[in-house]
Amino acid sequence: MTKHFGTASVRFSNPPSIIGAAAIVGPKEGEGPLASYFDKISADILFNKDTWEQAESELMRQTIELAVQKAGLSAEEINYILAGDLLNQNSGSVYGARSFGRPFFGLFGACSAIGMAMGLGAMIVDGGFADNVVANASSHFCGAEKTFRFPLELGTQRAPTASWTVTGDGAVVLSSNGNGPFVTSATTGAIVDLGQKDVNNMGAAMAPAAAEVIKNHFNDLYLPHDYYDVIATGDLGLYGSKLAEQLLQDSGFDFGERLVDCGALIFDNENQDTHAGGSGCGCSATVFAGYFMKKIRDGEIKKMLLVPTGALHSVVTIQQGETIPGIAHAVAIERKM
Amino acid sequence: MKITEQQYEEMVKASAPKSTVIINCAKAFLVGGAICAGAQLIYNQLHAMGFSREDTGTLVAAILIVSAILLTALRVYDRLGKFAGAGSIVPITGFANAIAAPAIEHKKEGLVLGIGAKMFLIAGPVIVYGTLTSVIVGLIYYFVR
Repeated sequence: MTKHFGTASVRFSNPPSIIGAAAIVGPKEGEGPLASYFDKISADILFNKDTWEQAESELMRQTIELAVQKAGLSAEEINYILAGDLLNQNSGSVYGARSFGRPFFGLFGACSAIGMAMGLGAMIVDGGFADNVVANASSHFCGAEKTFRFPLELGTQRAPTASWTVTGDGAVVLSSNGNGPFVTSATTGAIVDLGQKDVNNMGAAMAPAAAEVIKNHFNDLYLPHDYYDVIATGDLGLYGSKLAEQLLQDSGFDFGERLVDCGALIFDNENQDTHAGGSGCGCSATVFAGYFMKKIRDGEIKKMLLVPTGALHSVVTIQQGETIPGIAHAVAIERKM
Repeated sequence: MKITEQQYEEMVKASAPKSTVIINCAKAFLVGGAICAGAQLIYNQLHAMGFSREDTGTLVAAILIVSAILLTALRVYDRLGKFAGAGSIVPITGFANAIAAPAIEHKKEGLVLGIGAKMFLIAGPVIVYGTLTSVIVGLIYYFVR
């Protein structure tokens, strides 16, 4: 176990290179502050399909196709697709990946999917089991509302702490060849549950998991606290990210301005009426594949830790009075090895 | 430092913004009141046209239900609901919205398992417990009147 460190971390000896990344989003995300960083903005929330479910799969198919194309590869050269989403039985990813005819791993980590996919994908490449792997995560606002909440046409009010599921897909191509940026290490999150039950405040349910995995990452790999330029949590939102910051500070980790949250970045919460911010698998996936990848390529960010966060409940467990288990996975991306 | 569930609950409570109760109540009062006042106007009009009290009541309810379903399909009612909250949920129009919205959402799953089965997803419990309550109240009334 020479690559495994501490409680839950791995450091890659042949760090996989990110040779292609793509982010496609829906119309609302395209009106947000990060619009210019996304590869494509679809004006049609249905992506020319008939149902929300088909729309998400089409969004996923298009994004993977674009990421592979940007990597200069053909679909046949992809050894594995690792993908996660929020629909039941991972159906968003399954139907989206169907046409590629490539070996496929469907992952469920709720909104932490891109962290899970990149971490596992990097392990597969570093282990020599593949040359090229696609890590992908998608979500669709309407599909998520239908699966987890109320019909869109129902006249209800959203809680101030509720978040807005991002319609978007982020895909990353990891390769054994390439000049970076590199995935250098990863820390896998354990399930952390501090008894939160409010599905309208998932940031609060996930914040302890994010804090835990970040602490483990720094402790396992003996990193100084200023090692990364940016530490980006997935979709804790405005209030959840404050909780994570507080939990980290209480444990002696003060990252200051370096600690940001993809969910707090993707929308203009004041003007777009998104309350606590963006959420969903597509939130951290598009913000990383679009926004952060550009900043890394431009040299503005040299080292970053991406920490996608997920709330692992189901509608049924919540109805039965269960609490919301949180999870977060940390993946380190560095411009140079 | 390990934090307990109770300590964390305190932290969460302190971090979350509160709903603005007074403003929400005012909006609900205005919109709910407007719906009821509108219904009363329709009632007066119909009654003046010669319909009996009972028929007028039924007609007004039918008009409100059809209007709410139409507004639901036009994506107006959900916007009204976002503004008004309970103001547009409590009147009979809210009930119509609660039946029409899931029917529209689940149309793609077919006439039987989609529209048919999902139509009462939200309104179903209201019907069940409304009926149960009326039975209980009816029994009490029977014995104590």
